[in-house]
Amino acid sequence: MNNSYAGPSSASADASATRRNSKRPKYSKFTQQELPACKPILTPQWVISVFTLIGLIFVPIGVASLFASNNVVEIVDRYDTECIPKNMTDNKIAYIQNQAINKTCIRKVRVPKDMDQPIYVYYQLDNFYQNHRRYVKSRNDAQLRDEKKANETSGCDPEKTAANGSPIVPCGLIAWSLFNDTYTFTRGNQSLTVNKTNISWKSDRDHKFGSNVFPKNFQNGTLVGGGSLDLNKSLSEQEDLIVWMRTAALPTFRKLYGKIEVDLKKNDIITVVLKNNYNTYSFSGKKKLVLSTTSWLGGKNDFLGIGYLTVGGLCFFLAAAFTVVYFVKPRKLGDTSYLSWNRTDASTWLCIF
Amino acid sequence: MARSTKRLRDRLWWSKLYTFSCTRPAVSIDPHSVDGPGYARIVYCNKPEAHRRRPVKYQSNYTSTTKYNIITFLPKAIFEQFRRVANLYFLLAAALSLTPVAPFSAVSMIAPLTFVIGLSMAKEAVEDWQRFIQDMKVNTRKVIVHKGNGKFGHRHWLKVRVGDVVKVEKDQFFPADLVLLSSCYEDGICYVETMNLDGETNLKVKRSLEATMILDEDEAFKDFSAVIRCEDPNPLLYTFVGNLEYQKEVFALEPNNILLRDSKLRNTAYVYGVVVFTGHDTKVMQNATKSPSKRSGIERRMDCIIYVLFTSLVLISLISSSSFAQKTKYEMPHWWYLQPQRTTNLYDPSRPLLSGLFHLITALILYGYLIPISLYVSIEVVKVLQALFIKQDIQMFDEETGKTADARTSNLNEELGQVDTILSDKTGTLTCNQMDFLKCSIAGVHYGVGSSEVEIAAAKQMAIENSTLASSDYPDDIDDGFFGSTEIKLESVACENDNSKKPKIRGFSFRDDRLMEGNWMKEPNSDTILMFFRILALCHSAIPEPNEVTGGFTYEAESPDEGTFLVAAREFGFEFCKRTQSSVFIRERYPKFSTSIEREYKVLNLLEFSSKRKRMSVIVQDDSGNILLLCKGADSIIFDRLSRNGGMYEYETSVHLKDYGESGLRTLALAYRKLEPTEYNAWKTELLNAKTSIGPDRETQLEHVSDMIERELILVGATAVEDKLQKGVRFLFQMLANDKLINQVLILYAMQVPQCIDKLAQAGLKIWVLTGDKMETAINIGYACSLLRQCMKQISISTMSNEFPSQDAKKVLAFCLTSDQAIKDDILLQISNASQMIKLDKDPHAAFALVIDGRALSYALEDDLKHHFLNLAIDCASVICCRVSPRQKALVTKLVKEGTGKTTLAIGDGANDVGMIQAADIGVGISGVEGMQAVMASDFSIAQFRFLETLLLVHGHWCYKRIAKMICYFIYKNIAFGFTLFYFEAFTAFSGQSIYEDWYMLLFNVVLTSLPVIALGVFEQDVPSEVFSQFPALYQQGPNNLFFDWKRILGWMLNGVYASIIIFIININNIGGNQAFRESGQTPDLTAVGTTMFTCIIWSVNIQIALTMSNFTWIQHLFIWGSIIAWYMFLSIYGAFSPLISGNAFLILREVLGPAPAYWLVTLVVTVACNLPYMVHNSYQRLLYPLDHHVIQEIKHFKKDVEDQRMWTREKSKARQCTKIGFSARVEERIRIIKRAGSVHSDFVHAGFIQSMDLICALHVVVEL
Repeated sequence: MNNSYAGPSSASADASATRRNSKRPKYSKFTQQELPACKPILTPQWVISVFTLIGLIFVPIGVASLFASNNVVEIVDRYDTECIPKNMTDNKIAYIQNQAINKTCIRKVRVPKDMDQPIYVYYQLDNFYQNHRRYVKSRNDAQLRDEKKANETSGCDPEKTAANGSPIVPCGLIAWSLFNDTYTFTRGNQSLTVNKTNISWKSDRDHKFGSNVFPKNFQNGTLVGGGSLDLNKSLSEQEDLIVWMRTAALPTFRKLYGKIEVDLKKNDIITVVLKNNYNTYSFSGKKKLVLSTTSWLGGKNDFLGIGYLTVGGLCFFLAAAFTVVYFVKPRKLGDTSYLSWNRTDASTWLCIF
Repeated sequence: MARSTKRLRDRLWWSKLYTFSCTRPAVSIDPHSVDGPGYARIVYCNKPEAHRRRPVKYQSNYTSTTKYNIITFLPKAIFEQFRRVANLYFLLAAALSLTPVAPFSAVSMIAPLTFVIGLSMAKEAVEDWQRFIQDMKVNTRKVIVHKGNGKFGHRHWLKVRVGDVVKVEKDQFFPADLVLLSSCYEDGICYVETMNLDGETNLKVKRSLEATMILDEDEAFKDFSAVIRCEDPNPLLYTFVGNLEYQKEVFALEPNNILLRDSKLRNTAYVYGVVVFTGHDTKVMQNATKSPSKRSGIERRMDCIIYVLFTSLVLISLISSSSFAQKTKYEMPHWWYLQPQRTTNLYDPSRPLLSGLFHLITALILYGYLIPISLYVSIEVVKVLQALFIKQDIQMFDEETGKTADARTSNLNEELGQVDTILSDKTGTLTCNQMDFLKCSIAGVHYGVGSSEVEIAAAKQMAIENSTLASSDYPDDIDDGFFGSTEIKLESVACENDNSKKPKIRGFSFRDDRLMEGNWMKEPNSDTILMFFRILALCHSAIPEPNEVTGGFTYEAESPDEGTFLVAAREFGFEFCKRTQSSVFIRERYPKFSTSIEREYKVLNLLEFSSKRKRMSVIVQDDSGNILLLCKGADSIIFDRLSRNGGMYEYETSVHLKDYGESGLRTLALAYRKLEPTEYNAWKTELLNAKTSIGPDRETQLEHVSDMIERELILVGATAVEDKLQKGVRFLFQMLANDKLINQVLILYAMQVPQCIDKLAQAGLKIWVLTGDKMETAINIGYACSLLRQCMKQISISTMSNEFPSQDAKKVLAFCLTSDQAIKDDILLQISNASQMIKLDKDPHAAFALVIDGRALSYALEDDLKHHFLNLAIDCASVICCRVSPRQKALVTKLVKEGTGKTTLAIGDGANDVGMIQAADIGVGISGVEGMQAVMASDFSIAQFRFLETLLLVHGHWCYKRIAKMICYFIYKNIAFGFTLFYFEAFTAFSGQSIYEDWYMLLFNVVLTSLPVIALGVFEQDVPSEVFSQFPALYQQGPNNLFFDWKRILGWMLNGVYASIIIFIININNIGGNQAFRESGQTPDLTAVGTTMFTCIIWSVNIQIALTMSNFTWIQHLFIWGSIIAWYMFLSIYGAFSPLISGNAFLILREVLGPAPAYWLVTLVVTVACNLPYMVHNSYQRLLYPLDHHVIQEIKHFKKDVEDQRMWTREKSKARQCTKIGFSARVEERIRIIKRAGSVHSDFVHAGFIQSMDLICALHVVVEL
């Protein structure tokens, strides 16, 4: 497009030296601003039909979304308050920081409806600012990917190096604060295996976390953060870390823990044996265990459906309103009496004949 | 000697002819006292080397109009750039982005800024370079300079020094201010054209001192030496105080001895002069005001918007940082995962205040997206492209000069759409200063069948008017008769073909067989006609010059009117062929004789023209010894001086004169008187006495004496000369009646200047004329351009005595001092009287015209009077200021600009208009003529005045709307984007983390949303260009600022806030929620949420701009849809980069978001929801309160203009502002009068009949052509 623009002007500039008349701008629809153009006009018919059309599209989508959301079965169990021994409720932080105390806790949840596999197991944290700038920045992607770049710890402050100066792999606050509660599930006597593979993005495993990068100096410092890693497993296999390293957008977030690949029936009682290791008591964050199926839209979320229904409904309403206005106060298109110079109530600068 | 033959003509002693100004007083006036401050300049004539050292080292003759030079360019241009608040802010932000407080990488701040500033500065540099080239052209002009020992040689202007003796030849410009030493004429006079100084085209006589008159050869300067002591450089063009010490005598120098730079030597072979002022010391350069950098009103308001945005930016930053400090202090110590005990100052819970302060900076940078960095550069790009369109517009191409319109500084394009007042120069702008003898009235009989341009255009207008009136009066089914439907096809025809019948004689368009070819002899009053012709041939001060090409003569006349009379006389058979010292020879041709007779008339006296006398007379003795006084002058003056029997034709003549005046012609009345020898001799002695008298009353005496003889005149007739307005193209005028083509293809000249003025007036623009010309000339042009009309009430404001004898500047000064207050009081009285008169006038159709004279203006412009003057001027339909100096032009412009607060446009062609062009909001230079000063100083240049219509009504309006829409949209888009960043902060403990990747942010303004907005700014059209000339009233949308008022801006801002809320809420609750967003169970991370949100923004803002546009060419389609596609393309390309670059956005579209239906559904619902309010508002407004352009769009869209032509024509005629000037006003008035007459006789005359009659009259005029 720029070419066609510069064309005539530069051409005329070149020729101007030779002949005067060649200065004459060359006629083209472009330079004379007469390009064929589509000039849509918001006619009442058009407006009404557009609104109706939007309504017609949006309401079914909204209904479908709500259906999808309704079909999702979700079990949420908050356990951080329950999994503290009665005697320690006043001193939760001491409890959680005390390595000597066994943190095992047993929870029972009832399945409200039939749940088809796969059933996703999430942990949900509240009031945890994974999106804090200090936190988000505190990582080094190069180091995670390439074993030769273990020394690259820039940005990982303050969790860069171990006391002896050798780099921590994976460095940074995110990895250091890795979530480390664990869950095991049994239904009756039958234990439900939690499949913890493929809970992260494939691209992360393949490209972002090196298969030959192994944790080094991790959680060796004086300050121990969250979970520790299996030193013999490469980072690309440590899917909990990979999931954790995808920082969440909001301070309340769920992360995938694993999948239960059996169907659960209504009123099944699931026993969860969990290790309540992770410290959310310091910042009074909640911890929840979530079991959920998914629909084509993902988890249980009515908002999208409601949004669609609202917008669609609004559009129907607007279409109706405009129809009423159109019939009550019709205006012929191109009615000249609406021109400012034909209107007697027009402002003073207009000519009144 | 060869020289003597060459200078045959030069033997005339002009001083004898020019009885007033050229007569030397018997005693020379005393030298001026030139001591004291302001008179320190000493010039050693012919010793330029003496001026090498101080204190007499003066300016060089190098002139420069550039803003920068090589050294100052960088600092100055950078300073200019950072005068823009936004740029300064971004500079600061860029500097801070190098520190760790920056929320994102430094490159994403610095790169756009460098780009923006660099582009703007490059533009400045190119513009200044062009100015420099132009300066160099002037500076390297050559002049002949005395190089010592009586040898002269060429030298560049810039090397001319003070004290140099220069020789200037005919038709050359003076390189500096010179003192005239001698000329080719023995009496040391020369003719000077001062068009570039004051716009006057008549020649002025300058003369040298008698003492130096003899120095008229190169050799004479061998040993020439003199000293000039004079005033210091000052801008007063008409004064000069100084003394010349030559041969141990002291002579006084007067303004009359000075040749000013930029004026031109005419009719004189050569002059010698000594340089007194050079370069920037010259009067013309002193007059030049510094070219200011102008900014448009929209841009100034844009700054306000930036301030508003900046305020909100600071506000939300403060909210952000105080919340951050709060959180850091009270909550962060508990957030063990941030290791609060090992933090830096940025996040130190123990020092929350300091962290808060640091965070304030972070926030200011982060929310910087509220302030659109690319706004300025986008506007600049858009304006350059708009300027290119202006340049490329074929409608504004002048075939004759081969010049296009040019936007020289493109930053005022949109201002063109908001002009309220046009201040126009006259000469060369409205007229081409070419006179045409068109009509005359002799002995009460009107001769001349030609029509003036005014009449033709009036006729045409009437025809249109009538046809529309007729068509609107009758119902459709009735046969409308002949004029039922009229279609006017305008078609430009090449200009050259029109002289097909007769070769046109320059200056003579008279057609009437009764007078031509000697037929006048058969007329009843042939003796009066003979006298008329004789007066034409004799009463002048011109010199004939044989023309080798045609064998005839060309005339060097002081004013173009005079030349026209001589041409007319020649065509009637009275050819002026020779002038000697005492006689004028006329070749008279009578049809009776085959050859012509040469008659000699002795010129006894010549009483020259002055604007105060308003007449000129010659006293001649014919070969039979009769002494005749022939007089021509303004009708009022002549009529007062008629003898009792001399006014035989007074009534008829005055009727004709009124007619001519209405037709826009310049009129003069002619009269004569027979003198008895005794009477003449008695008078002659009186004259001699007066001439030799000394003292201040010499002038008065002379005047009195001449007054004595110019009495008892006998009226002969009147002439009507047309001052040709600037040429236009011819139009094909075609009438269609009742579907039958009645073959009346009429060709007529459309006088484009009045038509253009008419259109501009209909568009609601006010037009002021500021001219250096005489009052009468100015008034005549006012008539010709329809700025004035006979029935307008004219208010003339002038000082008690118009002209002061220019003989003695000192005396004028003394006079001014004593009576200054008196004059001022008088002017105040005149102004308040006039205001009172306007106030008391009850007639709604009454139109007032204000004509003010330069001297009166100088008082009216003083601080205490100027507001009275302005108020009066605003109440008047037209304002004409005459005899104004360039400085006054600038002052008037400034007064209008500052007094009314509205946008002013100044248009002119000469150097005398430079001040006004620079002072106005927009300066337009006419590039059709040779002088380039006005063009150099202007913001826009057009080849002819008439192009102003296209420039303002089409391009101005478009540019205004485009820029206004563009800025509004820009603000909307940045608010919509910037606020989402802020909302997100609330969820990150205000830590300054952005939800978007750095790259998204970098690209948002620069790539992803820039092209559609540029397309909006360059290609948007509300209605097609031809509609603007049909509906000039549409222009008022600009001056009324309908599209950039605060209501609209705020509306857009709110729309932006709304969009940001919708985008954020829907995203946060869907994709951003803690739920899985895909069937495969993954939950979204920061990047996924950010990317979804960003997708929503891209869609929303691009759909928004699509809704804003009303004109989609393939370019808009490409840019809008291309931008959306570009976003997805960017995402996939960026996602394909190694995770080291793309981070969490690695394969984001392909793997994470693309397969998720939720992602697409969210985009859809957000896009629709965001644009819903705008849709509703727009539909509602269109449905119930459509604006003019909406209705016209609809008419055009449904082709109603083609189907219902009557309606279209009717609307066209209505679509204009109430105007009291221009043709339409004139025609309307005529219609009013006719209607009034019609209502009286309505019993027997059908109103429609009158209308058709009128049209027939109108057509009659047209057919005559």
